Amino acid sequence: MATQLIKGNHAVIVGALYAGCDCYFGYPITPASEILQEASQLFPKVGRKFVQAESEEAAVNMAYGAASTGHRVLTASSGLGISLKQECISYMAGSQLPCVIVDIMRAGPGLGNIGPEQGDYNQVVKGGGHGNYKCIVLAPNSVQEMCDFTLRAFDLAFEYRGPVYVLADAVLGQMVEPIRFPEKAVEPKIDTSWAVNATAETKENLITSIVLDFQILEDFNYELQEKYALIEKNEVDYEEYKIEDADIVLVSYGISSRICRTTVDQTRKQGIKVGLFRPISLYPFPNDRLKELAGKNGCQFVSVEMSNGQMLEDIKLAIQCSKQVHLVNRLGGNLITMDQIISKIKELAD
Amino acid sequence: MEVKDEKKSPYPVLTQIECKACGRCIISCPKGCLEMSKEINQRGYHYVVYTGTGCTGCANCFYSCPEPNAIEVHIPKKD
Amino acid sequence: MAEKIIGRLSGLYKEFPRKGGTAPTATHYCPGCGHGILHKLIGEAMGDLEIADRTIVISPVGCSVFAYYYFNCGNIQVAHGRAPAVATGISRAEDNAVVISYQGDGDLASIGLNETLQAANRGEKLAVFFVNNTIYGMTGGQMAPTTLIGEKTTTCPTGRDPRFSGYPIHMCELINNLKAPVFIERVAISDIKNIRKARRAVRKALEIQRDGKGYAFVEVLSNCPTNLKQDSQESIDFINNVMTKEFPLGNLRDNSEEAESFKRSVSDFSIDSINGLYDLKNDSSPDAINDPEFGDVQVKVAGFGGQGVLSMGLILARAACKDSRHVSWYPSYGPEQRGGTSNCSVMISGELVGSPVVHSPDVLIAMNRPSLEKFADDVEPGGVIIYDSVASDFKFKQGVKAVAVPARQLAAKGGSERAANTVMLGVLKTLGCTKLSDEVFYQAIADNFAAKPKLIDLNHKILDQAAKWTKENIK
Repeated sequence: MATQLIKGNHAVIVGALYAGCDCYFGYPITPASEILQEASQLFPKVGRKFVQAESEEAAVNMAYGAASTGHRVLTASSGLGISLKQECISYMAGSQLPCVIVDIMRAGPGLGNIGPEQGDYNQVVKGGGHGNYKCIVLAPNSVQEMCDFTLRAFDLAFEYRGPVYVLADAVLGQMVEPIRFPEKAVEPKIDTSWAVNATAETKENLITSIVLDFQILEDFNYELQEKYALIEKNEVDYEEYKIEDADIVLVSYGISSRICRTTVDQTRKQGIKVGLFRPISLYPFPNDRLKELAGKNGCQFVSVEMSNGQMLEDIKLAIQCSKQVHLVNRLGGNLITMDQIISKIKELAD
Repeated sequence: MEVKDEKKSPYPVLTQIECKACGRCIISCPKGCLEMSKEINQRGYHYVVYTGTGCTGCANCFYSCPEPNAIEVHIPKKD
Repeated sequence: MAEKIIGRLSGLYKEFPRKGGTAPTATHYCPGCGHGILHKLIGEAMGDLEIADRTIVISPVGCSVFAYYYFNCGNIQVAHGRAPAVATGISRAEDNAVVISYQGDGDLASIGLNETLQAANRGEKLAVFFVNNTIYGMTGGQMAPTTLIGEKTTTCPTGRDPRFSGYPIHMCELINNLKAPVFIERVAISDIKNIRKARRAVRKALEIQRDGKGYAFVEVLSNCPTNLKQDSQESIDFINNVMTKEFPLGNLRDNSEEAESFKRSVSDFSIDSINGLYDLKNDSSPDAINDPEFGDVQVKVAGFGGQGVLSMGLILARAACKDSRHVSWYPSYGPEQRGGTSNCSVMISGELVGSPVVHSPDVLIAMNRPSLEKFADDVEPGGVIIYDSVASDFKFKQGVKAVAVPARQLAAKGGSERAANTVMLGVLKTLGCTKLSDEVFYQAIADNFAAKPKLIDLNHKILDQAAKWTKENIK
């Protein structure tokens, strides 16, 4: 067991190395560049493959190539870069290729700025590219989870054969916290049942997403939906804090959820029963549990997010609009403050 | 399948059904020993046939044919 | 009687079940199309060179999107123009792979031009077969980057006009400006003489891959009987008499003799190797202990870039970590850190840290006056401001303790003016406002400068001097 102070972006590479990730392909972008830099330093030291690509599209397509051969592959970027990668992520979903993509969100739209935001929620959680697909999305809220969720993302990507996101923000990427290092390292094996890895054994496998026949493509789409149904059944993850007797439930993920946690403690000192519900898997979204919570008398929901109500819509869907969902947010690179949340809580408590 | 079994002389084997009548083999044959049939094959194309003599086994027809399965060139080995 | 048979190519499938439909042994290409001829040349070379088992062909977007129907090897289909990037990924992941990228003019020279040039420039182990027929085939005869001046297409119906559409792109010549490629040649699938030259170039490109020598580019002038409305003879004449005027045939580079085979590294997945990267044996802190009584200490360190503001915050975070406290450090980042003001937040707590961003610090360390102006009013009542005494005339709000420190002078006296941040750390330690033990500050400095042992002693000495100064000067 070893503990070290590590930067959030670097912790992604810790997770990747212990996950048996073989290849890193990326392009510089603030505030995610340290992931690329750390990979460039550490991957070659253990014989792993690193390429600084010419573009975000090239980086993710290199990932497509290496993933096709059955290897564990990582790429990372920020919102602007993720927008560019979406084409290939759709192809990955269509070709059922496992790949881990880390998004260190910054503020948009357009070039925006490099401050933290959570405005990529829709483009990451809702599929993002063309076609009827979804990607599992894990949302860490600590440097420890930047490492642990990256590791877990690889397992999920291979279990369900598809792209998996780790969705974090500029604060999580830039901050430093102590992490406990993983105690096991994965020694990956090529799955020869589908990979095309330049051997006689795998040469009849085929990686493709073009299906000309309407009926066959429709059947394939339904197969994908069955896979997503399985994911929705098995992979929902969330964390609750002081939720049992809460009259006001803050729903928040990522860095915002950390601010909410402190807020819960503060407001409880003032006698207001506030709890925190933190979705860890943003897809699949924890619909059932939220619906259950909504069934309790008098309970009110506040979506605390650094976006324009993107997650709020999912909360509304989860509770089937049975209650109003309030919004506390900041945009443009600003962090939500505790005072802001407290004043909304007081307004609701009165 | 038309097979010309001329002892010791090379000959092309033209698979009628695979021919799309582009005529590239006819153009490339230095001896002019391929020709387009008047008939059509089951896929609806005219097809190239060997006139029966003149093949030298140069395989120009094979290399200029876009279809992988339409032409073979057989060259008997001299003992 | 024994026969030699020309025409049974092990590099191509005998039947094409992936194609489906009613003609399972015929290609999907139009009559007379050059794609089939090039497929045969590649298939023949793959078989003869005995590389099919370790070959992966990348099918592009365009008429050859279904190349995987035909090649008897590994097959991967990719997005429009991205094949060279995908090839890079394959080649890096599987060093033994022979990778073939088969692309048309729209795919390679238009939407995928960047990927094309960059993969060439990196000298990827990759054979690129570039089919240039001056037109988009699959989508219905639109203008391609290689469409000739005056040539009519469905999107330049009166002929390509360079004033609006520029000039045909010469890919071989572009790539020939790059250092890394091993082999570059332009050939034509037209008459048999040219087809045989193409056959040799294809073979050479694949020999280079067999031997792992690097990048080979073969541009293949070809036809589109359907969209250009040409029969076979007209196609051949068009290529030989018109296209080659714009795109001259020939070898532009052949370094295959001099080029050396190169191998990429073998991945090491062992936990010992990874632990070694982080020196986990020697560098490990105790885990944080939950101690609600400790409360929390929120520290902001600010100054201009280059004053060691961020590293001082990190040393403080290390010290807290050594003291088994929960801790986080969060910097200002981006353009700010280049020459402008710089600051970081350090949260030290007996419990899990909530927000890592300090808005109302208990302790502000200000290395210059602008930092005071920016943050002094945010300090909590009862809080402490430790600032460089150069900002002597600053007016502080009521209820905070302000401590002016001649940090640079003390640091210079201690042996390095650059260690003013360590002086501040020493004052912070001695005032006791972080509630951390003395010892962990020394440990944190030792860890921080582990790679430069000389600096450990220097900074320890400066820490001592700052402590002495504090005891003598601050009540």
